[in-house]
Amino acid sequence: MSLINYASREISCKIVYYGPGLGGKTTNIKYIYSKISPNAKGNLISLATELDRTLFFDFLPVNLGNIRGFKTRFHLYTVPGQVYYNASRKLILKSVDGIVFVADSQVERFEDNIDSLQNMLENLQEYNINLSTVPVVLQYNKRDLPNISTVDELERVLNPPKLPSFESVAVQGIGVFETLKAISKLVIRNLS
Amino acid sequence: MSFQIFENDFWAINETITKLLKMTNAISVLLIDKAGQLITSTGNISQIDTTSFASLSAADFAATSQLAKLVGENNFNTLFHQGENQNLYIQLIANKVILVVIFDSRTSLGLVRVRIKHATDELNAIILDIMEKIDSNKDNNVIGLDIDFKKQAENELDELFK
Repeated sequence: MSLINYASREISCKIVYYGPGLGGKTTNIKYIYSKISPNAKGNLISLATELDRTLFFDFLPVNLGNIRGFKTRFHLYTVPGQVYYNASRKLILKSVDGIVFVADSQVERFEDNIDSLQNMLENLQEYNINLSTVPVVLQYNKRDLPNISTVDELERVLNPPKLPSFESVAVQGIGVFETLKAISKLVIRNLS
Repeated sequence: MSFQIFENDFWAINETITKLLKMTNAISVLLIDKAGQLITSTGNISQIDTTSFASLSAADFAATSQLAKLVGENNFNTLFHQGENQNLYIQLIANKVILVVIFDSRTSLGLVRVRIKHATDELNAIILDIMEKIDSNKDNNVIGLDIDFKKQAENELDELFK
């Protein structure tokens, strides 16, 4: 749920990166952090295990600046992708304003993407959220690897509702900002 | 639907937390929504990254709520973190926002606890009033966030993420 404060003239929205483990969610956030200008970003916080796997979440605040008198900012979160961290994933989804589903394009991760998407829809349902109430975009990551599913296959299985989708190579930054821009615009349009 | 806070409510919240700060002699008091967004703060926050602090406080609370459920409690409405020099007292308000008091040895846990109870009652009433206003106004567009706002925001996004 976005926060609109008319007294301090501030708007904050929450965007969550969701998807299977090792799919590139944290890589997206880290790339954004590395490229965005210092005055437009806050500190990047990672609650990770010793092996650098996300334990609870990564968090990056991004300031959009002053829009018609409102300081507008997006709070970007990732969830832990590993199957057994569902309790944490569900907590991060609470009050979400927009979601980026980061799918791993590799053939061997095909089923993991389906499971993760299904898990996301189930978790959203517990908060009475569905695809008609919260904007979602998909990102097909790791398009540079050799053994990947075609975009058509991924679209057919993961994206029957025809949500906006983007190809990416997050480690190189390809597609990262296109995805973020798309979800940010949808979140702004959805403000009510 | 957004959590919208209007001027009058905002100043009423600020008055309550400023009173709490003075009564307890705490270092600072923050009010955060459950999504981890800072609503307002008072006192000395110059040493704190309040954006990160708000996000982590909400996460702390969310995780502890789940712990409560695992042991058969509905919720833990209060959390207390004790450090060597500074302490945090965290209180859920109206099941909607989180009040955080940061204090040190210039005051005592007992005093903070008593004063927070008073402040909680006042804040409860304000937050419930805000929720009622949001509910009764939910079919109307958010004031000030018209089509021009959305267009300008999109232009800013194009500029920032180009």
